[in-house]
Amino acid sequence: MTMSEGDLAVAEIHFVQPKLIEGRAAPAAMTGTLGWLRQNLISTPFNMVLTVIIALFLLWIIPDLIRFLFIDAVWTGADRDACLASVQHRPIGACWPFVWDRLAYFTYGSYPISERWRVDVFFVMLAIGVVWLLWLEAPKHEYSPVYFFVVLPVCSFILLHGFAAIGLPVVDTVLWGGVLVTIVVASVGIVCSLPIGIMLALGRRSHMPTVKLFSVIFIEFVRGVPLVTVLFMASVMLPLFVPDAYSPDKLLRALIGIALFASAYMAEVVRAGMQAIPKGQFEGAMGVGLGYWQMMRLIILPQALKITIPNIVNTYIGLFKDTTLVFIVGLFDLLHTMEVSRIDPKWATPVTSTTGYAVAAIFYLFFCYSMSRYARATELRLAKGDRR
Amino acid sequence: MIEFNSSTSTYGRAFWVGLLNTLLVAGLGIIIATILGFIIGIGRLSRNWLVARTCAGYVETIRNIPLLLQLLFWYNAVLKALPDTRESYTLPLHTFLNNRGFVLPKPIGQRGEGLLWLLILAGLIGGIIFRFWAKRRQEATGQQAPVFLAGAAMLIVPAAIYILLIGLPYTFDLPQRGRFNLTGGLEVGPEFVALLFGLSVYTAAFIAEVVRAGILAVSRGQTEAAYAVGLRPGIALRLIVLPQAMRVIIPPLTSQYLNLTKNSSLAVAIGYPDLVQIFTGTVLNQTGQAVEVVSITMAVYLTISLTTSLAMNIYNNRIALVER
Repeated sequence: MTMSEGDLAVAEIHFVQPKLIEGRAAPAAMTGTLGWLRQNLISTPFNMVLTVIIALFLLWIIPDLIRFLFIDAVWTGADRDACLASVQHRPIGACWPFVWDRLAYFTYGSYPISERWRVDVFFVMLAIGVVWLLWLEAPKHEYSPVYFFVVLPVCSFILLHGFAAIGLPVVDTVLWGGVLVTIVVASVGIVCSLPIGIMLALGRRSHMPTVKLFSVIFIEFVRGVPLVTVLFMASVMLPLFVPDAYSPDKLLRALIGIALFASAYMAEVVRAGMQAIPKGQFEGAMGVGLGYWQMMRLIILPQALKITIPNIVNTYIGLFKDTTLVFIVGLFDLLHTMEVSRIDPKWATPVTSTTGYAVAAIFYLFFCYSMSRYARATELRLAKGDRR
Repeated sequence: MIEFNSSTSTYGRAFWVGLLNTLLVAGLGIIIATILGFIIGIGRLSRNWLVARTCAGYVETIRNIPLLLQLLFWYNAVLKALPDTRESYTLPLHTFLNNRGFVLPKPIGQRGEGLLWLLILAGLIGGIIFRFWAKRRQEATGQQAPVFLAGAAMLIVPAAIYILLIGLPYTFDLPQRGRFNLTGGLEVGPEFVALLFGLSVYTAAFIAEVVRAGILAVSRGQTEAAYAVGLRPGIALRLIVLPQAMRVIIPPLTSQYLNLTKNSSLAVAIGYPDLVQIFTGTVLNQTGQAVEVVSITMAVYLTISLTTSLAMNIYNNRIALVER
């Protein structure tokens, strides 16, 4: 006769401990701060060496950085004397009064002072558009693309450029500058590159040879040359192709260059997204009798764009950084206003350049990092939807 | 590089000088960015918390600041702020650092310089032949040969013997600190240093991400399986993990190299005489032939890009995973 499990449980087996023994605490060296240190910093001799080297490096960099930005920094002053070590008789860090003094110039460039409220209104409208578009639970979220891609560009143009008929005097784009130009160039690139990029991506996957050839040549050509040369082309060659009367101004030329450049990159991102859509989706759409445009608009693009949102945002980050290149064709974006201000005799000191560059770096870092966080969050949100 | 004078040289010469300067900074930048990028990319995966966090901080900061801003910072705020030639910093090996850039000892070739290079070249060819032979023999008999050691010996030993017996066929023109100036030596301008440094640091952040993604793409099971069949960690990394990671790494790595080459055109902002600065800047201003000059410049970059991506596609097809 074999013993059942129940028999085993009641049978007295002397070598088995009948009571549950209390679990012992893990060794002190393996838990808490000490254990964490042991596992993460000093697990092997090689790791120890690495830790020491990196710690020394950070100890060399970070205190100097803090001293420069805060402890030794000058907070108030009227002109360069406040930031000169030879006048103040102490080590001088960042020269913040220079930034306060020039803040308006960094924001608006040479935009007429009496009209600057228009720029402020534009910034507010843009901020509303961005929040509305990105905040998924926002009220009436479905109308936000219409606002962002149609209403906002039209209103901004009337507001910033001026429209004499409704009493807004025209402000020549030569006067635009600073953050305004940076944001305008970036937004135009963002708003234009998506539709043009989608059309190019569709063209590249088209079966019509002419359309396909044109798209392939355009995309490969633009992606093969540096943005600087595209901007040069837009600024020196564009005026040669149109009659003098219609010759676009400097800002518009740069905008056209940036928009074309960004579109080519966007086309490749969208194409990659479309390639990830299974063939069955195309065949299913055709099977229920949808035409090409209906199939693309209702079935393919919504899925393709959704999975490429992180890549689209990454392209936008690149675009935002690339706006600094309009500096080279002579537009006064944030970086250019910084370059002009740092050599201004009123403020020129040994620390002015570094202060200016630090402010610009923080500005770009803030916007690009926020965008990359958004892309990452979207990626996670979409991955959650795919989990079964 | 090539002697160049903006008032007497021909435009053709200007073009070649610009092209060479572009290729020089791009080539050196690619080497430095690759080394730095691989170190940081692997560092970001380190189990050492401090190392991983520092590398992540580097990548996130550098990637999110425009390259132009970084170049201007290195050029205007760091290199231009150095003391002038009279108060140069003295670095080891007779190197000086001042606001006119680095001054290095300049090697001057003597008789026998060609022979030394010939010996090194012969060693290189010998090493490659030995590698082929060793691979053949391993496939036929299973016996391994010390390829790396033999190759290194072939490369170094003849040259070392030559130098020991006859002496180094180079003399160095050391920079001398005079009363007002540094004389002699090889001057490397601040424009070049800033551009090379900025491009390398910026691209390294992107390469680090590429490397990290490539290594993460190889599943852990591959390493474990390699250990299970008895491979030692070093060999497992070299024969199992790296070949698979390289398949993921190389296409985006090439596009980063192309980006670096295209980004070198930002030299125009800090005055390094690259193709765009000399040709699209100086020559365009002097001749006014906008269409021709801009087209030629674009054609050069386009040629570089298309050639590279063609080579890339061929390579990609060779190493692509063969699916059944």
